[in-house]
Amino acid sequence: MPTILLREMQKDQSGTITAVKVGGELGRRIRDMGIVPGTRITIMGRAPLYDPVAIRIMGGTLTLRNSEADYIEVEPA
Amino acid sequence: MSKTITIALAGNPNAGKTTLFNTLTGARQHVGNYPGVTVEKKAGAYIFPSGEQATIVDLPGTYSLTAYSVEEVVARDYLVQEKPDVVINITDASNLERNLYLSTQLLELGVPMIIALNMIDVAQDRGITLDAQRLSDLLKVPVIPILARSGKGTPELMGNALELARKNTPWNPLHISYGEDVDLALRTMAECISEAGFMTDSYTPRWLALKYLEGDSQIQEKGRKNNPTVDAQLQEIVARVSAHLHQTMETYPEAIIADHRYGYLKSVLRQEVITHKFDIDRLHASDRIDKVLTNRFLGPLIMLGVLLGLYKFTFTYSALPVAWIETFFGWLGTILSGLLPDGHLKSMLISGVIDGMGGVLGFVPLIMFMFFGIAILEDSGYLARVAFMMDRVFRIFGLHGSSVMAYIVSGGIAGGCAVPGVMAARTLRSPRERLATLLTVSFMNCGAKLPVLALLTATFFSNNQAQLMFLLTLLAWGVALTAAKVLRLTVLRGESTPFVMELPPYRFPTFRGLLIHTWERTWQYIKKAGTTILAISILIWAMMTFPGLPKSEEEFFAQQRQEVTASADQTTEALSLKEKLAAIDTAQAGSSLRHSLAGRIGTAMESVSWLPGFDWRTNIALVGGFAAKEVIVTTLGTAYSLGETDPEANGSLAETLARDPHWNPVVALALIVFVMFYAPCFVTVVCISRESGSWKWGVFSICFNTGFAFLLATLVYQGGRALGFAG
Ligand SMILES: Nc1nc2c(ncn2[C@@H]2O[C@H](COP(=O)(O)OP(=O)(O)O)[C@@H](O)[C@H]2O)c(=O)[nH]1
Repeated sequence: MPTILLREMQKDQSGTITAVKVGGELGRRIRDMGIVPGTRITIMGRAPLYDPVAIRIMGGTLTLRNSEADYIEVEPA
Repeated sequence: MSKTITIALAGNPNAGKTTLFNTLTGARQHVGNYPGVTVEKKAGAYIFPSGEQATIVDLPGTYSLTAYSVEEVVARDYLVQEKPDVVINITDASNLERNLYLSTQLLELGVPMIIALNMIDVAQDRGITLDAQRLSDLLKVPVIPILARSGKGTPELMGNALELARKNTPWNPLHISYGEDVDLALRTMAECISEAGFMTDSYTPRWLALKYLEGDSQIQEKGRKNNPTVDAQLQEIVARVSAHLHQTMETYPEAIIADHRYGYLKSVLRQEVITHKFDIDRLHASDRIDKVLTNRFLGPLIMLGVLLGLYKFTFTYSALPVAWIETFFGWLGTILSGLLPDGHLKSMLISGVIDGMGGVLGFVPLIMFMFFGIAILEDSGYLARVAFMMDRVFRIFGLHGSSVMAYIVSGGIAGGCAVPGVMAARTLRSPRERLATLLTVSFMNCGAKLPVLALLTATFFSNNQAQLMFLLTLLAWGVALTAAKVLRLTVLRGESTPFVMELPPYRFPTFRGLLIHTWERTWQYIKKAGTTILAISILIWAMMTFPGLPKSEEEFFAQQRQEVTASADQTTEALSLKEKLAAIDTAQAGSSLRHSLAGRIGTAMESVSWLPGFDWRTNIALVGGFAAKEVIVTTLGTAYSLGETDPEANGSLAETLARDPHWNPVVALALIVFVMFYAPCFVTVVCISRESGSWKWGVFSICFNTGFAFLLATLVYQGGRALGFAG
């Protein structure tokens, strides 16, 4: 299955996270908020200037900057 | 009588912790700060039906117990060092899987705990059913469904807490398997820790090892101080596992640990704990609201409207109570001046104490209204959307989307006030961005700078006053944002804090919650600002009073008075006599001011202030303006011996300035930019120090701003002169 970066996903597109390629504080923060491989996400929308992006995950909504979304790989549904 | 039981509330932000805390403790709360940090520490009293007493501590909301921001460190240190009898872990039942991540970490720490499943009403609306009993059996801790808002389920919750406290069982850490590599490393490290007795009085060996593997900077730093040899040993193992994991699986220890924690949770929740009636991706009411409120075109427009509304609300509705307070202190001054004999004591009480207290309390309605407005935006969930929409713009300047609020309140729309602005920066959670915001909001054109700007623009630029005022507002924004960028590239250098943030669902705030929120913050302001400001206010009064005029000059004025009175007996009428006496009074006030310490400083400063073109009168006014920017116009009036100058109707001062050969448009413009950007008034400085947790930053803001303003004003004056505008 091909994977794409979270940044490239369209609004309302869903998928399953396959990898989170960042360590350190940012990596921990991302995982604390529920962004871990195997989790399903849906793009809820983007801010007026196209950045940050809002995603639905585990029943809640999170926002990420595009630069942070670049570490997250997703297999589109 | 048994001892008081300590119960700590822990949970994710927005899980309803504050609401539960308010429901349990009512008005019996006490707000303080954790030592050394600006995080609020809230404690309250709770009395069980059986008569036992408990202290409830509301820990800061966190997603994890690994050091990330001060909140996590504070929450964790409290748990480990204070060892509360019971921890109530409050979770959002409509978003349980994510919320239980923190619970897992609490279990791993081993604290005696109870899970409160909050917001079961929301969960129900979303078609989520939860089997609390089953979850309790699987996690081996009591799980109690509650509604924090109405208090439903709280008697049962507290009953369980009491039972758990009475049992007084030792801490019992949960061991999760993290896969072969990490488990092996954990075992080796734990042995090494046990053997050396490395910080084992505070932490269990396995937990400590886990934090090392997770790369917890705070724990590692402690370890390094405690025993560098063991620390080095542990670091080496961490490095070895990290390298191995990176080579074989391209991953990190902290990633493996998080994955396994979620894995553990999934395995628990899979056992028929949660059932979803609807598709998980179903749009909630909140999402439909977001389709409009964060819409690409409508969103920013609505946001502009909301922020304008907040601004109008704060400054329009607080105007009346502010006026009441001013009237009250004016009245108090008049009464006192009638009661006391003339002299330094009277002068100090009126100009130092009463004016100083009036200055502090005059801000109170403003702060209350602003915090009330912000509480609505915060509690309803809209503030997070503002941050979401503005982040892209503010990030360019090294700030955060949430900074926008502080700037607007401070005078981003001319006429705000930096004091509530500085306090509004509290909603920012990222330390560097927050500090950069705190230090730059005072560049905005607050209401107190406006009289100065209005006076000068009306006198020297009467043809383009409106345009100029607008330009000055833009200039303030430009300077504030640029200064923030400069700070973030220099003293506050560092990576931008990750933006990963929750957009909580929209909720109707409760009136009670709003009131508690507002009152808490207002009271803190009164308490903290009151004491310091009184002292500084007396100091400034003394500077402008002492040393008094020398005997010879006093006598000179007294003699003048006598002459005027004597000659009046025959020729002049009473009215003109009064006028003449008043003229002498103001002349004397002018001389006294020049003779005072402030005056001498002003005169001494001429040796540098010729650069931006200010004379000693302007200098004194600027020194006085440090007390409050409103004072600039009045002090300038006194320095020109114009007597009491009404800042609203400064006709005579404007005329004097227009006639004075020293003044011209270039000088005026130089003074305008200087007033806009020099040291914040001391109430603001006190607030900056309090909010940043250090006087260092208060002093920094005085020096940085004044230095910058001086440079800019000099540039304007010298540039203007060189171009021949000073004609
Ligand atoms: N529907 C519902 N809303 C709740 C409940 N408890 C709290 N809230 C709301 O959830 C929001 C966040 O609560 P708050 O106590 O501020 O969360 P904290 O960040 O954990 O302190 C507020 O708007 C509360 O009114 C509940 O049981 N049901």
